[in-house]
Amino acid sequence: MSSFSYALRDSATMLRRNLRHAMRNPFVTVGTIMTPVFMLVLFFYVLGGSIVGGLNGGAKGSTEYLNYLVPGIILMTAALGAEFTALGVNSDRTENIISRFRTMAISRGSLLTGHALANVIQTLISVTCIIVISLLMGFRPNAGLVEWLEFAGLLVLFALAIAWLAVPLGLIAKTPSGANSLSLIIGMLLPFFSSAFVKPETMPDWLRWFVENQPFTSVLETLRSLLTGTPVGNNWIYAIGWSVGLIIVGYIWARWVYNREPSH
Amino acid sequence: MKTNQTAIAARGLRKSFGSHLVLNGIDLDVTEGTVYALLGPNGSGKTTTVQILSTFLSSDSGEVRIAGHDLLKEPEAVRSAIGVTGQFSAVDNLLTGEENLLLMADLNHLSRQEGRRRAAELLERFDLGDVAGKLPITYSGGMRRRLDLAMSLVGSPRIIFLDEPTTGLDPRSRKTMWEIIRDLLAGGVTIFLTTQYLDEADELADKIGVLDQGKLVAEGTVAELKRLIPGGHIRLEFADFARLETAAHTLGDVSRDDEALALTVPSDGSVRSLRALLDRLDSEAISVEGLSVHIPDLDDVFFALTGQPKNQKVGK
Ligand SMILES: Nc1ncnc2c1ncn2[C@@H]1O[C@H](COP(=O)(O)OP(=O)(O)O)[C@@H](O)[C@H]1O
Ligand SMILES: [Mg+2]
Repeated sequence: MSSFSYALRDSATMLRRNLRHAMRNPFVTVGTIMTPVFMLVLFFYVLGGSIVGGLNGGAKGSTEYLNYLVPGIILMTAALGAEFTALGVNSDRTENIISRFRTMAISRGSLLTGHALANVIQTLISVTCIIVISLLMGFRPNAGLVEWLEFAGLLVLFALAIAWLAVPLGLIAKTPSGANSLSLIIGMLLPFFSSAFVKPETMPDWLRWFVENQPFTSVLETLRSLLTGTPVGNNWIYAIGWSVGLIIVGYIWARWVYNREPSH
Repeated sequence: MKTNQTAIAARGLRKSFGSHLVLNGIDLDVTEGTVYALLGPNGSGKTTTVQILSTFLSSDSGEVRIAGHDLLKEPEAVRSAIGVTGQFSAVDNLLTGEENLLLMADLNHLSRQEGRRRAAELLERFDLGDVAGKLPITYSGGMRRRLDLAMSLVGSPRIIFLDEPTTGLDPRSRKTMWEIIRDLLAGGVTIFLTTQYLDEADELADKIGVLDQGKLVAEGTVAELKRLIPGGHIRLEFADFARLETAAHTLGDVSRDDEALALTVPSDGSVRSLRALLDRLDSEAISVEGLSVHIPDLDDVFFALTGQPKNQKVGK
């Protein structure tokens, strides 16, 4: 076998291992669904009335705000996958699994690739759950088959970007709680300071500038457009560009951290 | 497989962490099919040595050949030839014992069938059959250590590194581990182990290297090393001077302490030599008041070789 086919085989082995972990420890998966569900409920039922008031001149259109909100919740769900990946990578570090793998004749990056692919699958499952719940709450997307496929494609790309950023965070953190805190920058902070919950026009100028230009907003606006037909502008170019860029940066960073001399 | 080939050869290994010089020029030669024990107290550089030899860490300078492969130029070939069980257990806690072994089988690119066969064989051999389907968190320390070692053996390595394989184990698990190591050796592999215990090195090793502050301060067979260190002895105490006198006369080669009414008899501390000694005293009808056995331990070795007790050298 060539080294490429070994790399594929090792990555597949690592992915199977991660999926088995997820099945054995379903609370992690449930946890990554619970937080966005909580946010959905909080924003729609608790804060929704007053937010809508500020949004569209007081239109009491629940569905309208829900249609605005759900793509944001979906983005947050995907972003929270960072926690899942960073924790998984970090426990491999603290349990010395990484030490063992380093002295074995296996493809170097396979462990990391396995974690990244597991995150994509986890995200697709979580997002599916969120969409079902949203539909029950009254979410009314108008996407056709093509839009749904494009939506899934961008989601996969974004999940990969999240995963490859989370992998090095899991590697550098010394403890699981450290990994958790670092991953929440990606999982919570960036989704909150995006157009996920309210329109950027309602924000102070400096914040608005950040929100409109940070990577998650372009991804979110593209997802929103695909699901509910809002105007997309050239957001989709930025969305793909950012995602691919973050994948490349995260991948290089992850490999660098993984390959450098281990330290205490 | 030919014997008398060198499985591990290292020349001038040096390693510093920052300004802390941990290995200061180590040379090693381990013959294929033998057990080499690296003996040293905590912090002497044992783990660092194992980590360098097993491609986990790089050395600052020095040359290493493992199974005939240059460590720097052909790390993958080295990794294919070795199995490593580190000082701290490295098992996947979310996989059962059997799944851990099957994972190793997959990563060693064994076929599905071969992997299952190998896992079953190792579970049986390491007495883990009953807990094969359980998660390692339910295991005892000894079981965990055995699983850890079994995982390193799935790929049938020719050279096995064991970093403190019995530290923290109860006496029975320790004995079991020794049995396992002897079995492995009988299978023709080379074993490089580290230990803090002289009796363990004594029990298992063909050759012992004594590591102190990053230098090999002595190396040799067990017998050679024992000649360097003050031997074990049995101390006998008597009720009165007359008995001491007779005993000293009967036993011959002893050192006596008239004040304490005690004799010190050189001995390896084995039950057999103890019995022989008591038999001789019995045959002369000399009654003994008190008896203590002293077996040389790592402290004696270090005292003999460096002039300082090891506890002062840990220096944290
Ligand atoms: N990654 C590291 N960074 C800094 N110091 C280290 C590192 N690894 C080991 N050391 C230091 O090197 C010395 C030798 O450690 P080690 O090889 O673990 O000894 P042993 O295994 O014999 O107990 C110790 O003083 C230890 O603190
Ligand atoms: Mg050690």
